[in-house]
Amino acid sequence: MKFEAIVIGLSSGGMSAMKMMFSILPKDFGIPIVIVQHINANSNGFWIKFLNDNSNLNIKEADEKEKIMPGNIYIAPPNYHLLIEKNKTFSLTIDERVNFARPSIDVLFETAAETYKEKLIGIVLTGANQDGTEGIKHIKEFGGLAIIQDPETAESSYMPASAMAAIKADYILPLAEIIALLIKIDQQKN
Amino acid sequence: MEISLLLEAVYQKYGYDFRQYSQAHIGRRVRNRMALSGINDISQIQSKVLEDKEFAYQLLQDLSITVTEMFRDPEFYKSLRKNVIPILKTYPFIKIWHAGCATGEEAYSMAILLQEEGLYDRTTIYATDFNQLALNRAKEGIFSNKVIKEYTLNYQLMEGKKSFSSYYTSSYDHVIMNQSLKKNIVWANHNLVTDSVFAEVNLILCRNVLIYFDHDLQNKVQKLFYNSLIGGGVLCLGSKESLHFSTLEEKYSVLDKNQRIFKKKY
Ligand SMILES: C[S@@+](CC[C@H](N)C(=O)[O-])C[C@H]1O[C@@H](n2cnc3c(N)ncnc32)[C@H](O)[C@@H]1O
Repeated sequence: MKFEAIVIGLSSGGMSAMKMMFSILPKDFGIPIVIVQHINANSNGFWIKFLNDNSNLNIKEADEKEKIMPGNIYIAPPNYHLLIEKNKTFSLTIDERVNFARPSIDVLFETAAETYKEKLIGIVLTGANQDGTEGIKHIKEFGGLAIIQDPETAESSYMPASAMAAIKADYILPLAEIIALLIKIDQQKN
Repeated sequence: MEISLLLEAVYQKYGYDFRQYSQAHIGRRVRNRMALSGINDISQIQSKVLEDKEFAYQLLQDLSITVTEMFRDPEFYKSLRKNVIPILKTYPFIKIWHAGCATGEEAYSMAILLQEEGLYDRTTIYATDFNQLALNRAKEGIFSNKVIKEYTLNYQLMEGKKSFSSYYTSSYDHVIMNQSLKKNIVWANHNLVTDSVFAEVNLILCRNVLIYFDHDLQNKVQKLFYNSLIGGGVLCLGSKESLHFSTLEEKYSVLDKNQRIFKKKY
């Protein structure tokens, strides 16, 4: 088993989930993580800097055409969709909102699934809409691993519940256990 | 059957060249169209594109993303006022090129800014796009009430000097931009990939167009912009676009790093 990338979708409640995740993940965590967090279109990049300053990991906004490298955590910029190209670089677009969201989790997940196929882990965490549901379906269709936050333990249960109803997830766990699982998977890899 | 073959067919038959656009983007749009039209595989959509002109133009609309706003990124317009207007004021005549103007919001925003700065009467704005439908709408200058709310907020955030409603007349569920804003705007069909330089200008805005292009195509279009600017002319890119990796980076100085505003060296 060898995973090359992790994609994570978060909406309301996502900030505290990310803070928790980034404070626990070890400094040498290898598999690159790409994140869509729904956020106000006019917010500047300050919150990403904040997350980075409070973590051992290298957390940055994804730049267009940037190559996805191990050991990094990339976050979609506000007001742009984030897509992954076949050559494992990022593209940004300002296409219409998807599920009322830009960036949209579905857009990231669908393009990531096509690039990484069975080497992808998709994770749907807390949120109050159904973005991510189509995307996680796509990830499963391409043979990837699907992890969903146990809705009962999520700050906002709607998004993980919606994903859960759409697929047979590989894992449904509270956030702390998802993090532990990721660490285990990452270590197996080495 | 690959999407690249479909794009090749579109190019050969219609002259629209999407072969160097972001593949992930094109893939998404083509699959959406296939789902909407009940088409199951790429070879089927290819034959439909070749046989059915209406459908081909529908697909062109799908691939051209005309999402835009007036005063999108208010901080950018504040910077224009502060850093670029003083440069424009030194010219007796001003030529501005909006490349990829979509439905015109950006060009109208510029016209408003220039009016407020007393520069509009000596300016010609060339607003170009390869999407004729979008250009037709731009020319009309009619926008729905729903978006005007958002534009008004953007205008206030960029510290516009008047009441935004003084720039249009309202009618039922839409507004019509003032004739005085339209008078110096020239709307023209121009394809950045296949057409060449058409004017020498003082200022180019090409925002949120290059993100859709691959590296080589970005470089090619950057050359077109470089050749269209006079010495000391200004280039404005979208808030997530840069001149990094462009061979031309060193031929510009940076006027505003965050707002992606560059000045061509003499
Ligand atoms: C997302 S809009 C950007 C509109 C505006 N500049 C803004 O930032 O709000 C992109 C525009 O680029 C146009 N475009 C894409 N490819 C083009 C090409 N090869 N030549 C001319 N225009 C193009 C599209 O038709 C669309 O209207």
